[in-house]
Amino acid sequence: MNDSHLVKVSGVDKVFKRGSEEVHVLGGLDLEIPNGDFLALMGPSGSGKSTLLNLIGGLDRPSEGKVEVGGKRIDKLSDRKLAGWRARHVGLVFQFYNLMPVLNAQKNVELPLLLTKLSKAERKKRAALALDIVGLSHRTGHYPRQLSGGEQQRTGIARAIVTDPTLLLCDEPTGDLDRKSGDEILDLLQALNKEQGKTIIMVTHDIHAAARAKRTLHLNKGQLSTEAVD
Amino acid sequence: MFNWISQVVSVTRFSILSLPQRKGSSAAALLGIAGVVAVMVGVLSIAQGVLKTMQSSAGDNNAIVLRSGADSEMMSGLGGDDVRIIAEAPGIARDDSGAVSSPELFVIINMPMQSTGTDANVPLRGVQASAMKVRESFKLIEGRMFEWGLNEVIVGKGAREQFAGLSVGSSIEVGQEKWPVVGVFEADGGLSESEIWVDAAVLQPAYRRGNSYQAVYVKLNSREAFDEFKDTLTSDPRLNVKPMRESEYYDSQSTTVYNLITGLGTIIAIIMGLGAIFGALNTMYTAVSSRTREIATLRALGFRAGPVVISVVSESLLLAFVGGLIGAGLAWLAFDGYRAATLNWASFSAITFAFDVNIKLLAQGIIFAMLIGLIGGLLPAIRAARQPIAQALREL
Repeated sequence: MNDSHLVKVSGVDKVFKRGSEEVHVLGGLDLEIPNGDFLALMGPSGSGKSTLLNLIGGLDRPSEGKVEVGGKRIDKLSDRKLAGWRARHVGLVFQFYNLMPVLNAQKNVELPLLLTKLSKAERKKRAALALDIVGLSHRTGHYPRQLSGGEQQRTGIARAIVTDPTLLLCDEPTGDLDRKSGDEILDLLQALNKEQGKTIIMVTHDIHAAARAKRTLHLNKGQLSTEAVD
Repeated sequence: MFNWISQVVSVTRFSILSLPQRKGSSAAALLGIAGVVAVMVGVLSIAQGVLKTMQSSAGDNNAIVLRSGADSEMMSGLGGDDVRIIAEAPGIARDDSGAVSSPELFVIINMPMQSTGTDANVPLRGVQASAMKVRESFKLIEGRMFEWGLNEVIVGKGAREQFAGLSVGSSIEVGQEKWPVVGVFEADGGLSESEIWVDAAVLQPAYRRGNSYQAVYVKLNSREAFDEFKDTLTSDPRLNVKPMRESEYYDSQSTTVYNLITGLGTIIAIIMGLGAIFGALNTMYTAVSSRTREIATLRALGFRAGPVVISVVSESLLLAFVGGLIGAGLAWLAFDGYRAATLNWASFSAITFAFDVNIKLLAQGIIFAMLIGLIGGLLPAIRAARQPIAQALREL
C-alpha cells in the first residue's frame, strides 16, 4: 500500500432493498484519501457514513462504481480473498468494542493473528506489544466484563493495530464512552496517526471528536461536502 | 490449509466456550436428544434380547429335525418309527446309552402373566433323558428333577419369573389333573428357560398323542457332520423330514418378532427424532442469533465463512453427542437385563427374554443423536455464514 492516495472511491452507488422499495444511500460518490490522513466522516443518521466505511473496509460491496485501496480494486475480490485482504490490511474499531466475551484482553487482541502463520509465542509477544501501546499491559488477563468501557475500547484498538495494518476504520469509537474516556481514545488515535503513520477514517456524530481529525467531511443524502449541511 | 484449520479450531473453540451463556436452550436440546436415544435404544434392546435368547438356544453342533414342510415344532409331527430311524443316522454323537437324540413333544397351555394377570401361551415340552444331553447348558437351579413316569414338571427360570403359579411347590392344571412343579432350571438364557418340561411319556397320553412326537433334537459329532446327517435323512424313502442346524432354525423363529420390534423401534425413533431435530434447530438458531454480532465480528476480522459453518455444526454435534451419551447411558441403566415376555409369532407361544442393551445399540443410538445434531445445526450454520457482515455488525 504505497500509493500516495491510499483510498480511491469512484462513482460509488449503494442501493439497499427494503421489501420492494429501493433506498439509495450513496449516489455517484467520489473520494480520495491520502496515505497518513486522519479523516472524520460526519453526517446525520442514515446519511451513509457507516455504509461508506463498510465499503472502504471491504465489509460490503457497492451497487455501482469502484473502491480501490492501496491500488487494489477490492470490490471485485471474491468473499474468500476479501476476507484475507481485510485480515492483512484493515484494522476495525467498533462503537460497542465487539470483543469476544469468553476471551481475556490478551486473547482478544491475538484473534487477528490466528489468521497468520505466526507462532504462538510470536502472537503472544505482538499482542502484548499492542496492549502496551494502548496502555493496557496491566490488564492483559482481564475479561471484557472486568474492563471499563474505555479499557474495552482500548483493547479493541489494540486488536485493530496488532497486525500492523495501514488503514484503521473506526465506527463511532467514542460513541459509547463518557467524555474523559472518549478523549483518551481520541488521544490514542491521534498518536497512532502521528507517530505510527496509520491512515484513519473515523465515523462520528461528535464535533468534539471530529475536531481531533486532520480533516472532516460531511455526508448528506449520499453526497460528500466539506461543509456541514443543516 | 493450516490457516483454514487453525480458523476452524479457533472459531469452534469460541462457540464451545460460549455454551454456558446459552445453557437453558442448550440443555433443552440436549435432554430432547437424550430422550430420543433412550427410547430408541430401549425399544431396540427388546429385539436384541429376543435375538440373543434365540441365539443362546442354539448349540454349535446341534440339529433339529421336523416334518417336511413344517416351519416350527407346532406344525410338525413325527411318528415313533421316524424317531427311531432318525436316531440311527450317521453323524449323531453317541454315548453309553446310545445316540444323543432327543425326541420331544411340544404343546401349549394357558398361564396367567405375573405382571398383568392376562393369559399367555406357555410352551409345555415333553422330553426324555437325552434332552439334557443335547442341551449342555441345562442346569437345575432349584428343587429337583421330575420323576420319570410321574405327573411332575420342572420350569425354566424365565417362565417362573414371568408367569404366575410356577414356583416350586405349586402346580399347573393339565386337563382335569394338577401336576406339581418340583424344580427350576436354567439354560444359558436360551429359549428353554421360557418352557415347562415334563416326561414325554406322561405328556403323550395326557394329550392323546399316542407314540408321536413333534421334533427330534440331536447332538452331532461336529459341525461338519451336519451335511452327511441331512443327506442321509432327506434321501431316506421312509422319512419325510426337514433337518436344520439349530442356529438356522432359531434364526428363522426369531425373524418375525425381531423385524416387527426393530421396525417399530425405528419408526418410533424417526418420529421422535424429527421432534428432536426441531429442538436442535431451535437451539442452534437461538445460538446463532445470540452470537450474530460475535460471528460478524470474526468474519469482519478476516475469518472465513467455512469455519463459521463448521463451528456452529460442531457445537450442535457436541450437544448431540453428549445428549446421545446420556440417553444411551440411561437406556443401559434402565433396560439392560430387564426381563419380560413376548409372543414368538413362529410358535404362537410366549418367549421370555432379557432386554439387551449392547455396544452395537449404544453406538447406533449415539450415531442417531449425531445425525439429529448434524441436521439441526446445518441450517442455522449456513444462515450464520450467509448473513451480510455489515448488517450483522449493527445487530445488538
